[in-house]
Amino acid sequence: MDEHVLIIEAGRTEKQYFRDIWRYRELFLFLAWRDILVRYKQTVFGVLWAVLRPVLTMVVFTVVFGKIAKMSSGGVPYPILVYSAILPWQFFSSAFAEAGNSLVGNANLLTKVYFPRIIMPTSTIIVALVDFFISFAILLVLMVFYKFVPSWHILMLPVFILLAFLISMGAGLYITALNVKYRDLRMVIPFVVQFGLYISPVGFMSSVVPQQWRLLYACNPMVGVIDGFRWAILGQDLNGTAFILSLVVSVVLFIFGLWYFRKTERTFADVV
Amino acid sequence: MSDIAIKVQNLSKMYHIRHEERHRSIREMLTHKWSSLIHPSQKTKAVEDFWALRDVSFEIKKGECVGIIGRNGAGKSTLLKILSRITEPTTGRVELHGRVTSLLEVGTGFHQELTGRENIYLNGTILGMTKKEIDRKFDAIVAFAEIEKFLDTVVKRYSSGMYVRLAFAVAAHLECEILIVDEVLAVGDAQFQKKCLGKMGDVSQKEGKTVLFVSHNMVAVKKLCKRGMLLESGIKKSEDEISKVVDAYENNVLTVQTFNPFKIKEIDMVVQKITVNEDTDGVVVPFKPLKIDIEIEAERDINQIGIEIMLSHEDTRGVVFRANTQTIKNMDIRIKKGKNKVSCLIGDLSLCSGRYTLGFGVSLFMVKYYHYEEALLGFDVQETVIEQSCLPTAANYSHVYLDHKWMIEN
Repeated sequence: MDEHVLIIEAGRTEKQYFRDIWRYRELFLFLAWRDILVRYKQTVFGVLWAVLRPVLTMVVFTVVFGKIAKMSSGGVPYPILVYSAILPWQFFSSAFAEAGNSLVGNANLLTKVYFPRIIMPTSTIIVALVDFFISFAILLVLMVFYKFVPSWHILMLPVFILLAFLISMGAGLYITALNVKYRDLRMVIPFVVQFGLYISPVGFMSSVVPQQWRLLYACNPMVGVIDGFRWAILGQDLNGTAFILSLVVSVVLFIFGLWYFRKTERTFADVV
Repeated sequence: MSDIAIKVQNLSKMYHIRHEERHRSIREMLTHKWSSLIHPSQKTKAVEDFWALRDVSFEIKKGECVGIIGRNGAGKSTLLKILSRITEPTTGRVELHGRVTSLLEVGTGFHQELTGRENIYLNGTILGMTKKEIDRKFDAIVAFAEIEKFLDTVVKRYSSGMYVRLAFAVAAHLECEILIVDEVLAVGDAQFQKKCLGKMGDVSQKEGKTVLFVSHNMVAVKKLCKRGMLLESGIKKSEDEISKVVDAYENNVLTVQTFNPFKIKEIDMVVQKITVNEDTDGVVVPFKPLKIDIEIEAERDINQIGIEIMLSHEDTRGVVFRANTQTIKNMDIRIKKGKNKVSCLIGDLSLCSGRYTLGFGVSLFMVKYYHYEEALLGFDVQETVIEQSCLPTAANYSHVYLDHKWMIEN
């Protein structure tokens, strides 16, 4: 019989961290499964909700920016332009908001059972990803409706989904760790989500931003993701330098979020 | 393969206690930073080190069932939290040989919106089982919990009894070599507690698991464990045969309380000593007598005063019971110059187990209090299982027991 030996010492958890994450992979999946199950059980509309939210946003944005403000769409149907940005944006915003509240909302788990804490916010991001794929189906419907055929670029879409995931993880982990310590951050999360919608090119193309401000604008990592989505889905031009800047900011954000989370993680159970 | 299951060496855990309120919000932090900018002298960073656990070492052999006892705040929970990896030790080392499952609460991670079946899987995974193991034990769990009919009902529609049964059933079927259990038996009704206790006994005796059991329930500890360990203020006080350790604990319950004599100037009297159940070394048991002795030394004769005692529950801080010689019993207590002893005997203490404080007051009838203090002395009302009865003795089950009858007319 092979014996299972576990050693506990100060600082030991650090060394076993990634092995632990692997060992707790089932818990990770079950937590995501629970959240998905609960989400679609509780709401009357169920799955419809994941579809309704982006569609209504799309309608409003199309009317406001496309019809009233008459902004350029770069030659593609305005609804598709908007929808291809709503997809990553909604993914980010719900991942960010859900992750931020995940640890505080599960405080009883935190103080009663051990598991690598990173599992918790990450599993909520998986839930957001499931929503993302459900909403994605609508994009296909829109494409069929407007008879829009994407180019080979669309094969690159997974890369940009990964990038959106990276940003969500970075920002999500950071806000989660902060939220455990400072509870009033709960109020900040919806604000960031709201504010972010206005400073990201969701309702319009990022080319409407004056050239001299483009680089500054690209410091918002979601600009890179949204431009990437539009490049992949609609075949629109991608501003190379701006995209690389967004990419760098995303990676830095991810590393910083992960680092901060790991740094504060050990004390979560004592603080929460 | 050694026969040691748990080896703990010089384990310590330190917490920082900040005396200024810790910033729980950014606003607080900012306002504090700001005010300390304006008044730099006000920067009071009183951080005190608090050792929740200090230099604890012990070994537990495979298949042993060891009870850990001690007062609230003795470090029991901290020890369990370290052993179950929820928090890290400050110094020291633990070796655990075998899979560990810790049960610090029954039903951790249960979700109200999920069905019984779904919760079995979720809870089992949270407690460290793999899906395969749960599949295998599923029927046994359902049978133990007696919820076959309600398997696909959402848990929020369960009665609290069903809920607890299901939660315990999952926990009882965990596959592990070392089981760490905290106070979980203090839930449910008396009958259910008995069932849990029986199952716990099976786990350690028939299945040969190593069990670490923390409880205030001395009867349960004595029944389940052979060996015991007493913790006091984070230090291991003793480790011995369970009955000896329980005795040491029960004798020790009140000695930690120090009573400082004080003087009530206005009427020139000194309260020398107040004791609770001195005859039984301060052990207070529900539904048994409680005797409070107050020793007073007066510099002169004092008439027309009321002596008052109050019993309050420590958590809720409300006075549960109050008795005054004058206002309630209409007695005229005369304190004579020199030594006096006033005693109050409560024949049948209807307090359920938990931590209470004794208060003391001296008053002038309808006029004023010369002295009034609600929390003078703390005492524990022990948790006991009173055979053949369902009286609520579990901690905080209810604060008081009032004699009552039920009637039904159909």
